[in-house]
Amino acid sequence: MTFSVTDIGAVLPEILIAVYACAILLIEPFLPKDRREILAYFGLAALGLAFIATWQLLWADLTVLNGMFVLDPFGNFFKLLLYVAAIMTILLSMGYLRRERIDLGEYYAFILLAICGMMIMVSGSDLVTVFLGLELMSITFYILVGFKRFEEKSLEASAKYFILGSFSSGILLFGISLLYGLSGTTNLEAVALHLRGADPGNPAWVLAVILLVAGFGFKIAAVPFHMWAPDVYEGAPTPVTAFLSVGSKAASFAVFLRVFMEALGGIHADWRFLLILLSVITIVMGSVVALVQTNIKRMLAYSGIAHSGYALIGLLVGDRLGIFSLMLYMPIYAVMTLGAFGVVTLLRRGGVEGDAIDDFAGLAKKNRLAALAMLIFMFSLAGIPPTAGFIAKFYIFMAAVNVHLTWLAVLGVIFTAVSAYFYLKVVMVMYMKEPDEEVHLAAPPAVVMVLAVAAVAVLLLGIYPGPFLDYAQNAALKIR
Amino acid sequence: MTLVLFFYFAAVIVATAILVVALHKPIYSALSLLVMFFHVAGLFVLLDAEFIAAVQIIVYAGAILVLYLFVLMLLNVRADEGYHQQFRIGLIVGLAVLVEAIFVLGQSGFADRDPAAVPPAAPVPGNTEGIGRALYTTYLFPFEVASLILLVAMIGAIILAKKGIFGKEERGR
Repeated sequence: MTFSVTDIGAVLPEILIAVYACAILLIEPFLPKDRREILAYFGLAALGLAFIATWQLLWADLTVLNGMFVLDPFGNFFKLLLYVAAIMTILLSMGYLRRERIDLGEYYAFILLAICGMMIMVSGSDLVTVFLGLELMSITFYILVGFKRFEEKSLEASAKYFILGSFSSGILLFGISLLYGLSGTTNLEAVALHLRGADPGNPAWVLAVILLVAGFGFKIAAVPFHMWAPDVYEGAPTPVTAFLSVGSKAASFAVFLRVFMEALGGIHADWRFLLILLSVITIVMGSVVALVQTNIKRMLAYSGIAHSGYALIGLLVGDRLGIFSLMLYMPIYAVMTLGAFGVVTLLRRGGVEGDAIDDFAGLAKKNRLAALAMLIFMFSLAGIPPTAGFIAKFYIFMAAVNVHLTWLAVLGVIFTAVSAYFYLKVVMVMYMKEPDEEVHLAAPPAVVMVLAVAAVAVLLLGIYPGPFLDYAQNAALKIR
Repeated sequence: MTLVLFFYFAAVIVATAILVVALHKPIYSALSLLVMFFHVAGLFVLLDAEFIAAVQIIVYAGAILVLYLFVLMLLNVRADEGYHQQFRIGLIVGLAVLVEAIFVLGQSGFADRDPAAVPPAAPVPGNTEGIGRALYTTYLFPFEVASLILLVAMIGAIILAKKGIFGKEERGR
């Protein structure tokens, strides 16, 4: 019932991030208004240190703090991904916040606290920890989404996300309480142990699974729990949208996978059908509705929904290959989406919102490199080789075929082809249409860095994925 | 005796919870919520969880509900019929879910479980100490995470509501 130095060491990255977030909040009032940029570097330093700490603990595998928190390669894999996403978000934010005149120091503290919540989620080995991590992340996002509070759209997005988000948290809690009632524990391993000896025909388990799927489905924006995504993505400040679509989704998938494989692996057959259904309608709805979008942020929202559908295949397959393919999908989806949103932040200037697809007209002439980067991201999102998006989809479909779900893989390939239409439309607009005005769009060095890193990563993972595949394979969640 | 009390509390909770969503005036809804909170506290007392019962009354009835009432009276919210147009659909869906829940939970074996099998409450006189112990040992980590959540909520409310934190530029928009 006591805790030791090992326990503290295991949660060191989380502690680091939380301490830095509080430090930012404390320092902010003493800084003159024009020097708040320092806090961004402060945030970057926190993430860098946490990265090093997690790197040191990379292959550790232990459960600490009375079974509340597990440190394993699977969680660390996702933590490294989250650090990279947060670092890129902060780099994208620096210029954007100044232009939008919302450069408050609290912004960076909130980014850190959101990442802290996600880290607790992916490392939670108890439903209580998982839920609290999820709430920490969600509440931080409700505020970040409404950060442009003098704009109606941003406030509307925040209010919608808050109301629907709390509703979905309630549903998730209902599911958790049912699981607790059935097994008498909230610890994932203990639930699994209880499930082994329990009556598998008990319908209450299925009801709990349905409620959990609804709760997590909201966070990953799976149809029919996706309604919030387009409005929230459109209204939120663009770097927040990028972070929300990448960080929140990756962490939610990680925890979805951990809860369902570790605690509910025993009734895999029961939830598999449910997830197949969810995956199919998510892929179809996401791809088809994205076709008619004229706003790039809404388009990327529906694209993100479709990608959730593909990633769900990895989860529902639920064997080693399935887990591995999902773990591959998330980082690749993260870099290409972050890159695409990075280009969107570039278009924001003066009175131009820059989030209509028509605003991309002639981007190739305005800024050649940004257009080239966008081209790479769009090709990758569409899953065209030799980009990383192809590798990600390839393994997902392979996992599906491997368990005789060939029809699901075929359906996925068909809708990948459908989705190519709206991704390539952006490329067409950038390269084929004349710009409405002759200006050169200058890119701040921080954004250039993000775009370059993301573009290189997408190409590198597409051409030479070997070392990364090895790492993901070794870090994959152990099926007990 | 316990059974009678349980059914009294449960019946009032269900009735007032329905009133919260069915009544047209927000103030009445808030007041029925208050009655519900008190009866939930009663259920906790029946379970020998007197600390939770006290917290339920102090925090929910005392703080949160008073805040609701403040907001309702300050904003002078009028009865809004808009929300009641979905009443029929809500009723049908709600009944379907209710039947489902009764069916599922009826088969789940919750009802057959012997209440005596539940381990007795903490051996210490009063369970405040037991809860304190659990909170600061087993549940220390979640407890700290909860404190972060409260910090975020507090600062977030300031950011979303305080005047002039973005400087003068805000007014020009």
